[in-house]
Amino acid sequence: MSSTDIHSFHGGLKLETYKSLSNNLSSLISPLPDKIILPLKQHIGHPANPLVKIGEQVYKGQIIAEPDGYVSLPVHATTSGKIRDIGLYSVPDPLGIKAPCIVIEPDGMDTWIDIRGVDNYLEMDPVTLQNRFRDAGISGLGGAGFPAHVKLKEGTQTEVELLIINAVECEPYITCDDRLIREKPDYIVAGTRMILHAVQARKCIIAIEEDMPDAVNALLPLLDDDIELVKVPTIYPQGSEKQLIKTLTGKAVPSGGLPIHMGIVMHNVGTAAAAYRAVSRGEPLVSRYITVTGCIPSPRNLQVLIGTPVRHCAEQCGYSEKSGNSIILGGPMMGTLVQNMHVPVIKTTHCILIRNKLNQGTEMPCIRCGNCAEVCPVELLPQQLYWFSRSSDHNKLKQHHLFECIECGCCSYVCPSNIPLVHYYRLAKNEINQRDLSITKASESRYRYLKHQERLKHEKKKKKLSVEQLSISGKPNEKKAYIHEAVRRGRAKRVKKQQVRKDQKDE
Amino acid sequence: MLQVSIALVPGILCYAWIMGWGVILQCLLAILFATTLESIVLLIRRIPVKAFLFDGSTVVTALLFAICLSPYAPWWANLAGIAFGVVVIKHCYGGLGQNIFNPAIAGYVFTLLCFPMELSIYPDPGNYPGFLDTIRIINGNFPHYPDAIAGATVLSTLKSGLHDMKMISEISQSPVFGVLAGRSTEWIAALWFAGGIFLIVRKIIKWQVPVVFLGTMFLISLVFYWFDSSHYPSPVFTLFAGGSMLAAFFIITEPVSSSTTPAGRLLFAAGTAIFAYIIRTWGNYPDGIAFAVLIMNFSAPLLDRLTRPRVLGER
Ligand code: SF4
Ligand code: SF4
Repeated sequence: MSSTDIHSFHGGLKLETYKSLSNNLSSLISPLPDKIILPLKQHIGHPANPLVKIGEQVYKGQIIAEPDGYVSLPVHATTSGKIRDIGLYSVPDPLGIKAPCIVIEPDGMDTWIDIRGVDNYLEMDPVTLQNRFRDAGISGLGGAGFPAHVKLKEGTQTEVELLIINAVECEPYITCDDRLIREKPDYIVAGTRMILHAVQARKCIIAIEEDMPDAVNALLPLLDDDIELVKVPTIYPQGSEKQLIKTLTGKAVPSGGLPIHMGIVMHNVGTAAAAYRAVSRGEPLVSRYITVTGCIPSPRNLQVLIGTPVRHCAEQCGYSEKSGNSIILGGPMMGTLVQNMHVPVIKTTHCILIRNKLNQGTEMPCIRCGNCAEVCPVELLPQQLYWFSRSSDHNKLKQHHLFECIECGCCSYVCPSNIPLVHYYRLAKNEINQRDLSITKASESRYRYLKHQERLKHEKKKKKLSVEQLSISGKPNEKKAYIHEAVRRGRAKRVKKQQVRKDQKDE
Repeated sequence: MLQVSIALVPGILCYAWIMGWGVILQCLLAILFATTLESIVLLIRRIPVKAFLFDGSTVVTALLFAICLSPYAPWWANLAGIAFGVVVIKHCYGGLGQNIFNPAIAGYVFTLLCFPMELSIYPDPGNYPGFLDTIRIINGNFPHYPDAIAGATVLSTLKSGLHDMKMISEISQSPVFGVLAGRSTEWIAALWFAGGIFLIVRKIIKWQVPVVFLGTMFLISLVFYWFDSSHYPSPVFTLFAGGSMLAAFFIITEPVSSSTTPAGRLLFAAGTAIFAYIIRTWGNYPDGIAFAVLIMNFSAPLLDRLTRPRVLGER
């Protein structure tokens, strides 16, 4: 079946998968929550600008915020109801930052706005197809959530050699892609063909893990020669973009480069399914599959509306608040701990993992064992990054490619000293970003200041110039006038004196 | 770290069986001194004592030090070495993870330089003082028991024999020689080897380091043995005499004071083997492992720099 050779990448881990907890039951469609919270920014790029006012009635699929800039997507109402608030809310963010959101109070009808699909997408121009993805608010449903249309559009500027649909769910516990493939293989295959048409790729691969036999069996009958299904070894982080590309092509994405520079475009299976809905039915991306699993009575996959609070999802699987439970958004390796159960599910949320007390042993000093460097799939030096993060040595961090770190957590996992390495990297990245931001801001304001100074100088010069001009032209006149005046006064005096004398004589 | 201590136990027991109570007492004393000093330093440095003491590295340091020490050295030699290793080498350099030198080895070398006499006394294998006498000797009264502890190690016998222009075939007639290396002591080496295999199986240490160390030692000694077998001992003897086995599995595998890169660690192992052989063969000390380890500890930062792995994109 597979003509593609499998290569391997550096490091990585073989982990216990815990997939059977949640992948044997079919997914449930989650009932409407009592509020929907839609962050204006759910992906890399600029946040969107709201188009609605508080109290306004909106319908499912209506655009309620418009994109700002190229790397930005519209926000769609994911159900019908009234806008209750536009303001700052907690969002899934590793650093616990609040962000602008639109809150909808569902009316329970879930009425769609007028939507229309396309009958024959093959007759559509690839660019029009891409715009349709953009209008449907499709961003990568995997990790980073890069707006799909950007990846796609890049496709038309560069020749696309290979389109990879990523069905590799490498993190333990997470099974939402697995369930999605098993339940909607036709969507995925059709969506893949649509993306294929949009990027005009020469070759297309659906990459799937070896330990997902049911998903493979669901897909196989639907495939033709146009799409190749490739099974890849179950090793974490196989599903990460650059690692998967290495596995499939044997080539490494250059540091700082993007796959598209190698003629490769990668999308998640979720994106493929969303593409299908967007094209054939005109539905924007309003819901997704999500795994709710871990220490919970009934782990399961749910189909939830984007913006549903995490608590609402967890409660459907029997979650009840207990002290000591911790809630992780994402998997055990890359997920982020959330303090607040009210954060919404966003386009990139794939898992809610409930864990009993995290027993992360005491953090001890680094003993230079080098285990971390051995497992790092990006071939970084996690230990050195750790030292530089602790000393906030930003130059060294950049030199050691901190920003290539995919935060996969392999290094923290093997560290015998229980050092939460990724945590330090996130802090460092944030610090550097903040500093760069303030540098750009500072240089902007410096630039403005200099401009201002220049303008002032210019104006001063102008003023001086006019004064000088005035004095140059005015001085002789003034002199003349002065002399004239003096002469006049003198003359007047003399006249007066003469007059006085005359008067005296006359007397 | 607990597993490392466990892996040392069979060797220590065998050592005690051959050399007597002194071995056990030195181990216990060293553990006592080390944990006490460590706790005091941790308290002074305001570091949580519990987590840091129970990570087990202190106990391993103490055990390794005690094994290197001669079993009938006086207690102050023990205390001096531990104090130097734990307080000066480990904590003055910044504590766990920061020390440049291996604390156990640095402590041992310090004692060796301070008390050369006291550290050169070994009993004849199997012919060791009784428990009470041992306590007396460790308490500093060894001159009263000269006979019982006048023995020599196989390496010192070899050294003095060669010094007296004897051939190895002659020297090895001495009763301290056994089948492979030292009579009875070769068993201890075999048990260090077994403990090391245990650690490799449990994935506590990586097999590459001991293999490179022992391999290098084997090769060098093979070359010289082949060149002149009457003045250079056989490779097997080299591996089983002195501290070779202990170093291979328990000392040079210590990560903190070794190189941190995979290639650096291998160079570290090879370098230690080479220096150990040189010092053992042409130096003044019968065994050169400890000095070799210190030399390589010293060069570890250099090794790190030379062997820094390529980072992604740098190809
Ligand atoms: S989290 Fe970063 S440094 Fe650590 S293993 Fe993953 S990529 Fe490497
Ligand atoms: S795994 Fe932990 S202890 Fe080992 S070198 Fe890396 S950071 Fe240091």
